[in-house]
Amino acid sequence: MATATFRIWRGDAQGGKFQDYQTGVSEGMVVLDAVHQIQADQANDLAVRWNCKAGKCGSCSAEVNGDPRLMCMTRLNQLDLAQPVRIEPMRAFPPIRDLVTDVLWNFGAKKSIRRFTPRPPDAPDGTWRMAQVDVERVQEFRKCIECFLCQDVCHVLREHRLFDEFIGPRHLVYAAALEMHPLDTENRARDLKRTHGVGYCNITKCCTNVCPEGITITDNAIIPLKERVIDQLYDPVAKLFRMLRRSP
Amino acid sequence: MPEYQTHEHDVLVIGAGGAGLRAAIEASAGGVSVGLVCKSLLGKAHTVMAEGGIAAALANVDDRDNWKVHFADTMRGGQYVNNWRMAELHAKEAPERVRELEAWGAVFDRTPDGRILQRNFGGHRYPRLAHVGDRTGLELIRTLQDHGIHQGIDVHMECTIVTLLKDGGRVVGAFGYERERGRFKLFRAKAIVLATGGIGRAYKITSNSWEYTGDGHTLAYDAGAELVDMEFVQFHPTGMIWPPSVRGILVTEAVRGEGGVLRNSEGRRFMFDEIPENYRTQTADNEEEGWRYTQGDKSARRPPELLTRDHVSRCIMREVKAGRGSPHGGVFLDIAWIKARIPNGAEHIKKKLPSMYHQFKQLADLDITQEPMEIGPTTHYIMGGVKVDADTQMSSVPGLFAAGECAAGINGANRLGGNSLSDIIVFGKRAGEFAARFAKTAPSAAVDARQIDEAARTALEPFERGTGGEGPYQVQYALQEMMQDLVGIVRTESEMQRALEGLGPLRARANRAGVGGHREYNPGWHAALDLHSLLTVSEAIARSAIERRESRGGHFRDDYPNKDASFGMFNIIVRKGREGRMEVSRAPIPEMPDELKRIIEEMK
Repeated sequence: MATATFRIWRGDAQGGKFQDYQTGVSEGMVVLDAVHQIQADQANDLAVRWNCKAGKCGSCSAEVNGDPRLMCMTRLNQLDLAQPVRIEPMRAFPPIRDLVTDVLWNFGAKKSIRRFTPRPPDAPDGTWRMAQVDVERVQEFRKCIECFLCQDVCHVLREHRLFDEFIGPRHLVYAAALEMHPLDTENRARDLKRTHGVGYCNITKCCTNVCPEGITITDNAIIPLKERVIDQLYDPVAKLFRMLRRSP
Repeated sequence: MPEYQTHEHDVLVIGAGGAGLRAAIEASAGGVSVGLVCKSLLGKAHTVMAEGGIAAALANVDDRDNWKVHFADTMRGGQYVNNWRMAELHAKEAPERVRELEAWGAVFDRTPDGRILQRNFGGHRYPRLAHVGDRTGLELIRTLQDHGIHQGIDVHMECTIVTLLKDGGRVVGAFGYERERGRFKLFRAKAIVLATGGIGRAYKITSNSWEYTGDGHTLAYDAGAELVDMEFVQFHPTGMIWPPSVRGILVTEAVRGEGGVLRNSEGRRFMFDEIPENYRTQTADNEEEGWRYTQGDKSARRPPELLTRDHVSRCIMREVKAGRGSPHGGVFLDIAWIKARIPNGAEHIKKKLPSMYHQFKQLADLDITQEPMEIGPTTHYIMGGVKVDADTQMSSVPGLFAAGECAAGINGANRLGGNSLSDIIVFGKRAGEFAARFAKTAPSAAVDARQIDEAARTALEPFERGTGGEGPYQVQYALQEMMQDLVGIVRTESEMQRALEGLGPLRARANRAGVGGHREYNPGWHAALDLHSLLTVSEAIARSAIERRESRGGHFRDDYPNKDASFGMFNIIVRKGREGRMEVSRAPIPEMPDELKRIIEEMK
């Protein structure tokens, strides 16, 4: 059996270093298979998150040769195995151990978004009517598997560390799914501007490029949200109207 | 007793897939404090893998559907050893639970008049599965998760429970560890809901992730609860088989629901060769009629590819054994052929089955709109589990409830596709509701410090043995190989006896398992601790399967290949005996009320 070298970051919050492992490579293997083989045979305590191994749960996010990827969906035949394959944790988040990072911040960010608030039911039996064309735009956003690769690659979080001011592409997609939900009646524009920092996104589309679900994050979710914020909060006529209404 | 990090909840829910989340939401609505323990991060449970849909007789697509038809379908699929009361409640309550998901933000595919769309699925007489493309499970868990985070539930992520704590007869808490720092956690609770899912990791070829080691089954068993129907394991007929690294990953039944057909190496649609007697009147007898059924023709009967999963799996095995299999030991599943029938067929396939298209393209370099897939059976689900009261979901241990895959009864000998997502929301809700009620009237109780210290000591033993001990993964692999070979799809007495004999040495090896490193996020340690559950459920499956000397549903015996009516009168129970030995017994199935009997007769 052919072998390849995997250069895996081992460490924790205090620091760490890359360590090389050789392991066998067979047809169809993905990066996560190699990590599992190494874990089973050479390093029982090698920490990695995974669940479904089919690109549906979004647990095994990491950086493979510098690219944010799901390890379970990264085939070895897409990589140059003549060189060591470098595997490291998502760098935007604090390391816990080896390939596992602390992604807890994401759960708080999501909770800060106003919840789904439907209009009253359309039919006497308590159900609603929605056309397929109207739900499709939201269904795109709801494909999100919460792998947080978009958060990892977003420079507002990764370089500028604005975790307190910006909820990141994942949660802008979530907010867009709620805002564009045909039944939803809540208005999130003010939150998006003030506490969720939609203005920080300068549309470099890095998030869209790494999304394993192929969600067009920037064009379909973030830009329409920016437009909503501008329409509602920056329209000069509306602003004047608000000022007049507020004055005694 | 050393100081352990302690949490106190009225209701503790163990497991955060669909059933656990739904239970937690309901318990919280009942006005009690709720803790929710997840083995992984919130929202990553196996519910995300459910693809096809949620079975509920909404009658949006075919107005002939109603709870009675759904009930009769579920009983027929389960070969009549189901808990009929659970099947009744499930069929009656599923539509309301689905509508509730919509009120909480779920976005199902729509009918032309704007209602929830429903699709065909194996064993369901009418189009019944509410769905979102082929990612319905994700929609379900995300909806419950996004609703649940606003309900004041305390979530304990990446935490595994190793034992339940009892005071006299009732459960009063649980003890486990959190992965990140490896520290122990003590939970005090007045009621506990188990919602830990399945046991798929006991087998080598499985669609289940590392989490599904039978934890809930084992926690209940160790606490003195009864397990029932453990011989009934569902092998899903369509798992990926090539390349080797993806072996076992699920290929949704929706492929067949959308018109996909099974062929052997000779190109023959072998599913027409054997149609079980009790399905004959409902099954198409030619390819044309089967095709019309998948396209919504109400006068057509279903194609044999949409017979129950147990039957389809066995037919595939038969073809493979007869030398008519595909190159890598399966058969062909072809959806590409529908291009001949549907204009713009390739786009149609991509739209109806987006994640299957994606999965094969990325993992197998195969375009399902152009080529047939190679598939074979994969361990998918266990019908057996904790024996519960149908209405309340309480086990035989006071204060201990169970819901979803780790509970048993609704599915009998075989589960219909789509009935799991409805099961978890119907009985998740009931478990949460009745656990909250129980907690409100239950007095506080003491936890036993000795029991806790003993659990802590045992959990740390693998570190004392260090890397000189048995490798935990190697023990797990050996068990998986053995269960796959000896207690798999086709079973015989002698092979299962060999499996029982093999379990002893494996348990001895598990007791010598050792790990290196420290307690912080150490997967080797976690694997070592999961072995006890895997071995327990494996033994329960083997002993129950030996006891059932007939073939029924998911349980097929080569030495007793026929169904035996006398075995249809009881369920098989396992419980922990006085000396810690597993005891097997038979529990008669209670007489069904006349009203339900009539429904089954009418639907025949």
